[in-house]
Amino acid sequence: MAGRSRGLSRTTVSNLVTYALVVIAFVVVQAMVSNRMLTYSLQGQLVPICAYIVMAVSLNLVVGLSGELSLGHAGFMSVGAFTGIVVAASLADAIPNPVLRLIVAMLFGGGFAAIAGFLIGIPVMRLHGDYLAIVTLAFGEIIKNLLNNLYVGIDDAGVHFSFSSAEALGMAQGGKVVINGPQGAVGITKLSTFVIGFVLVLLAVFVVLNLKGSRSGRAIMAVRDNRIAAESVGINTTKYRLMAFVLSAALAGMAGVLYGMNYSSIVPKKFDFNTSILILVFVVLGGMGSIRGSIISATVLTILPEALRAVNDYRMLLYAIVLILVMLVTNNPTLKQLWRRIKGSFRRTPKEPAVASEGGDVDA
Amino acid sequence: MPRIPFIGRKIEDTKMVEYPSDAIIPERDLGKVPVLECRHLGIDFGGLHAVSEFNLTIGQTEIAGLIGPNGAGKTTVFNLLTKVYQPTYGTILLAGKDTAGMTTDQVNKAGIARTFQNIRLFDTLTVEENVMIGLHNEIGCGMWSSIFRLPTHFSAERRFHERAMELLDFFDLEAFASAPAGSLPYGAQRRLEIVRALATNPKLLLLDEPAAGMNPAETAELTANIRKIRDEFNIAILLIEHDMSLVMEICEGIAVLNYGTIIAKGTPEEIQNNPDVIEAYLGKSQGKDEGPASPEADDHGPEAAPAAAAPKEA
Repeated sequence: MAGRSRGLSRTTVSNLVTYALVVIAFVVVQAMVSNRMLTYSLQGQLVPICAYIVMAVSLNLVVGLSGELSLGHAGFMSVGAFTGIVVAASLADAIPNPVLRLIVAMLFGGGFAAIAGFLIGIPVMRLHGDYLAIVTLAFGEIIKNLLNNLYVGIDDAGVHFSFSSAEALGMAQGGKVVINGPQGAVGITKLSTFVIGFVLVLLAVFVVLNLKGSRSGRAIMAVRDNRIAAESVGINTTKYRLMAFVLSAALAGMAGVLYGMNYSSIVPKKFDFNTSILILVFVVLGGMGSIRGSIISATVLTILPEALRAVNDYRMLLYAIVLILVMLVTNNPTLKQLWRRIKGSFRRTPKEPAVASEGGDVDA
Repeated sequence: MPRIPFIGRKIEDTKMVEYPSDAIIPERDLGKVPVLECRHLGIDFGGLHAVSEFNLTIGQTEIAGLIGPNGAGKTTVFNLLTKVYQPTYGTILLAGKDTAGMTTDQVNKAGIARTFQNIRLFDTLTVEENVMIGLHNEIGCGMWSSIFRLPTHFSAERRFHERAMELLDFFDLEAFASAPAGSLPYGAQRRLEIVRALATNPKLLLLDEPAAGMNPAETAELTANIRKIRDEFNIAILLIEHDMSLVMEICEGIAVLNYGTIIAKGTPEEIQNNPDVIEAYLGKSQGKDEGPASPEADDHGPEAAPAAAAPKEA
């Protein structure tokens, strides 16, 4: 028993705890749903929470692992969402199975978001720090404005695109407008379910944690810690920063599909700067680089406004106060030390015999 | 790698011989392509000629030294060799291959690894991970096979771990393997930087002031380590150092840089007796007092001057 626990590295244990946390949370919530213990509004929040967790985890790839501040993450979410909606609508007859259709839509949404991430990444990866943050912000707004003027329709002949108006689509009889400019996507078939959301969360956590503990992930973190040193040991810094950025965009795109397919209509304005900042808040509050922290903070901060509905007028005020308090408390050196001591005393108790036996090994 | 007891190669064994075009290399490296040949290398920062007409040849297994007063342009030379700066003039041949147009990471792949004057480790990562990052181009494994945990990922990770521990073991750092690199004591951080550079399997190792801030015992250990690296890894080393006793003890060929140009090249004995070098460090001797002529020279103290190492010959 002790031998096995020593065989697992600290990272492996930490990763397993994260997976366990996600699975247990899912089981508990599922049980609560089937026993009707959740309020209707909270139940409606389940899929968005999953989408936000995936957003936070994917942004953590850029902010935590790659060490770059990206302020346009919602842009990739919207690319994914609208791509997924169009794909799902055009495949409505071809793939009758809703789960399969959603998965295909997610693959397309993730793929298109990855392409957008790659195209944006090429110029953005020439920059660092604040400059990079400002440019990603601008690109996020550009994506939003492009989608605000995008019209997509589907008829028997196929998919039609236009950037001027719905009439300009020139569709045949019986054609359906899927995306109607600033009015966004309307008449979406709701395909997203909590189970699929949970699977996507697991996938995102799996991808990010596996990347972190690999050759590529180490290269990304090396660039974050010291770019000049990373170059000096033969790491192509642009390649690995771009890798993190594109992968993060792809996951955000998939989260976008999940989010978009949860509503009957959605407007591009939903994915504006505020959403990008909201996701960044999840990441920063959860701790940059901590996947578990991102998951917890995304969940808590999505539920919090709902939970504060009782004090409706002061809702956002309380939300802000809670945010500030959490930031202050988690950065308080006295409390940090206290926490470390508590953690230390917990850790030492089961470890003592292991240490003793290790000493024995050395002597032998 | 088994622990091989270190047998120091005595510096007296070295015989430097003429190499075509005003250079000298160790006799044993004659007939092999020199690991580094700089020809008319130079860089201008605006109107300032930071380095100019820099010609240097280093043999395949030579330990070479680059010395000079502060601000002479020594680190700039390192930055030129590793393409942190692109040279304004001249060519750099690495094992006979022109490095023109290469970026820093490509130069490393071609065979130059370096350490930094102010230590640059990946502070938040562990010591082992630091070395694994050094092994980045030695062991391949694609992103997708890592993400989906294919067998190639596990075999690559095993090789990463084994090789990293071998290297750490070689430099007595294995005890720190899982500690964050930033938490290591100063001397161990310097050693780790060398290990990380060696992990990239270079042909030429550049050490920028490896003995800075070290006590005499640590410097002695470093001296042994540098010889050990050359002998076990069979590579060339070029070091910048202000500790003259270290330089004179282990370097076979020395180049002295002042105001961006080489003012002297030769064996340690030749450098110690070169009037230009003595002047660069101590100023002209016809002055009233014997004191240092420039504030820079003052920084090294009198023992820094190559001439001061002369008693060693006795």
